[in-house]
Amino acid sequence: MRSAQVAPPEPASLDHLDRLENQSIYIMREAYHAFQKLCMPWSMGKDSNVLLWLARKAFCGHVPFPVLHIDTTYEFPEMLEFRAWAVEHYNLDLIVKVNEEARYNRGVGYETHDPVTVTHELKTVALQQALAEHQWDGLITGIRRDEDSTRAKERYFSPRSARYEWDYRDQPPEFWGQFTTDLLPGEHVRVQALLDWTEVDIWRYIQRENIPIPQMYFAREGKRFRSLGCWPITHPVPSGADTIEKIIEELETTRVPERAGRAQDHHERNAMQKLRAKGFL
Amino acid sequence: MATNDLPLRVVVVGHVDHGKSTLLGRIFFDTGALPEGKAESIRKACEAEGMPFEYAFLLDALLEEQAQNITIDTTQIPFRTARRRYVLIDAPGHTEFLKNMVTGAASADAAVLVIDAAEGVREQSRRHGYLLKLLGIPQVIVAVNKMDLVGFYQGAFEQVRAECAAFLKEIGLEARAYIPLSAREGENVANRTAGVMPWYDGPAVLGALDALEAPQPDDDLPLRFVVQDIYRFDARRIVAGRVEAGTLRVGDMLAFAPGGRVSRIATIERWNGPARDYAVAGESVGVTLTEQIFVERGAVASHPEDAPKTATRLHASVFWMAPDALTVGETLRLRLATQQTDARVVRFERVIDASTLASTEGAERVAKNDVAEVVLETTKPVAWDAHERFPAIGRFVLVRDRRVAGGGIITGGEGTAEAVSPISRNIVWSDAPVTPEERARRSGHRGAVVWLTGLSGAGKSTLARAVCRDLFDRGVQATVLDGDNLRHGLCADLGFSAEDRAENIRRAAHVAALLAESGQVVLTAFISPYRADRDAARAVAERAGLAFAEVFVDAALEVCEARDPKGLYAKARAGEIRGFTGIDDPYEPPAAADLTLDTASLTPEAAAAALRDAVLSRV
Repeated sequence: MRSAQVAPPEPASLDHLDRLENQSIYIMREAYHAFQKLCMPWSMGKDSNVLLWLARKAFCGHVPFPVLHIDTTYEFPEMLEFRAWAVEHYNLDLIVKVNEEARYNRGVGYETHDPVTVTHELKTVALQQALAEHQWDGLITGIRRDEDSTRAKERYFSPRSARYEWDYRDQPPEFWGQFTTDLLPGEHVRVQALLDWTEVDIWRYIQRENIPIPQMYFAREGKRFRSLGCWPITHPVPSGADTIEKIIEELETTRVPERAGRAQDHHERNAMQKLRAKGFL
Repeated sequence: MATNDLPLRVVVVGHVDHGKSTLLGRIFFDTGALPEGKAESIRKACEAEGMPFEYAFLLDALLEEQAQNITIDTTQIPFRTARRRYVLIDAPGHTEFLKNMVTGAASADAAVLVIDAAEGVREQSRRHGYLLKLLGIPQVIVAVNKMDLVGFYQGAFEQVRAECAAFLKEIGLEARAYIPLSAREGENVANRTAGVMPWYDGPAVLGALDALEAPQPDDDLPLRFVVQDIYRFDARRIVAGRVEAGTLRVGDMLAFAPGGRVSRIATIERWNGPARDYAVAGESVGVTLTEQIFVERGAVASHPEDAPKTATRLHASVFWMAPDALTVGETLRLRLATQQTDARVVRFERVIDASTLASTEGAERVAKNDVAEVVLETTKPVAWDAHERFPAIGRFVLVRDRRVAGGGIITGGEGTAEAVSPISRNIVWSDAPVTPEERARRSGHRGAVVWLTGLSGAGKSTLARAVCRDLFDRGVQATVLDGDNLRHGLCADLGFSAEDRAENIRRAAHVAALLAESGQVVLTAFISPYRADRDAARAVAERAGLAFAEVFVDAALEVCEARDPKGLYAKARAGEIRGFTGIDDPYEPPAAADLTLDTASLTPEAAAAALRDAVLSRV
């Protein structure tokens, strides 16, 4: 007996979020093939968690490389709670790195130093120390072009010298999905898989995929964090957005830049360029 | 506007100082698209540089760019109008930074060519126009900028328009619109401003952008699935790749080029994705196959009835971006989708100075920023398609000194007949009396070359012999090639200099391929310390259509030296043997071995079992 014929669903073309997702998967798979020792810096922030999610999409549910948390010792307690939960839940190989020499021997901290110096010492130098210890040749990062005008000039695969520096004056050409993958000893490549995403894309994707994130992004008592960093220099913005829907609605209309609450960006002219040239993400 | 439509990607190109960044900056200002505080920070930057307010600083964010008032690198900024979402791409106009212009323009769906009303069409206007044509960006709007400098005079506009139209026609492009404007004054940028140019009745820049067509998805084309990697995270063997065109469905028969092996799709693998039994253009997925055939990175899968072509000679239009010229005879690395092979420049049919469109025949070199029609010969066969139909399979990049140095659009290809090495070019291959398929049907498996490499004492021969015995006991025709059975006869004339070692490996590679063509599974056990020699061995096998697997028998030097089964390390340390791998000659470990076996941690039985299973999955 034959039942009524049901036509198979007509395949639908990819939409904007699908395209972004698939492009990021492609980039991560290229990196996994090209590099012997990959690592993914992971700040537990929203972009970082989207990146982790995309890694599991790319590698059939696995995260086949370690994740690195640069612990400045100025972490929000809620972020550390989230870290513990995620390590357990996602079965992550977590490496925690503190620049102990700067923080404990020289006492570098926000109480005594300016935010650009502290960011450089406790984030950038800590990352350099971790690179030297582990000899990674690829770092998968979650930076986006729309966050900052120097990030807007980035490549998907951005080579960094043996001194960890970004030669933004002479970046290699990159087109047709052909990336810089051949390195000299000591060099590494930043694999920037979220470069094309915008802040609102990130939130739409978190919503679509139901990705767990720290609760600090949601408004409490009229304020919420849009971007998370060290607690002494990260400030919440006025907002009533206590759900993802409201956050997306807020982002559609706001003119406040995402990193307005991140003091190190605004400390001096082109602070981000100077930090990033030396190896800051 | 649907929130999830694809953005239109628009690149702004043109000669240096004709006002590209200023135009873009002005668009963002006039549409209120800037975040709070941005105008203020730009004002401060302009004060620091001692110049009046500069819209371009929005894009030219680097200190070096602001100090010199020049764009060094390309920038991408998302933008939207009431009609749709955009990504606006700024491209540098200075000839020094052409590589950055290409980086920005190559991903664009459309372009705005900015031309200074007072200066007209200049070198980089032509060069950029030529590259737009080459990159396959057909939608072009011409923005005739700085109309304020010519008193908003219609005659000046018409003159530039005629000059530009003639040039575009020469290279095969036609502009969608010519717009007279002043980016600095904001005339005809975001909105029509009839006041100063009442004679113009066309759209402003934004209106012209909104009239462009959205890119069409490639789902309706024949299937092209490009293999990125093979994953074995669990018992399944997942072929990971991207659908570049067409639609792939569970149950489809796939042919993998080059080589043409076929198998059927068993499953489509996604993690936490929609449970669909198909994948469309743009999707990065994994598939499992019903028949375990040998597939590796680089393969282009299609439906068997509409497969890409295969060639070892490519005719292409190439643009060159490295400081040192590209010359006839040079060998570079060619990357086409995920395929990678060496390629030699056979000749230039024509070299074009893209800034004047003057062309030269019979040239021996292509200078930085010029374009050429070139013939390339590849070491390995490559799968390719016509660029107009399948852009992703119809173009390649050339890599020199670890950096992308040029790009090429394929215009034609020739098969493998012409592509054997120059010395043996005149030898005609006779048709095989028995085909590989017939042999495979009789023996139940295909021939293959399994190339073991590693330090002396790593365990290559032991492993090869154990697996050979095991395979034979399972009914597989297998044999071992190693130094003991080659150097005593066929290679008795060779010593251990780098040249002799390379020749030894070259002969071994050909003997292995001949044996494999006769249907045998050949396990080779040579130190084969140099990567280039092993790559050449792979090319020999693959050119014969044979499966080739590189197996890294990995054991630390200390371990091998402690084992020292033949007492060779002791002699090398004592200086009795010169050029001994690991002691005074380098070992180059595989960059991407098909299998790595650590004989220091694995038992000999476990290593042999892993190798056996890997072989069985490939034959």
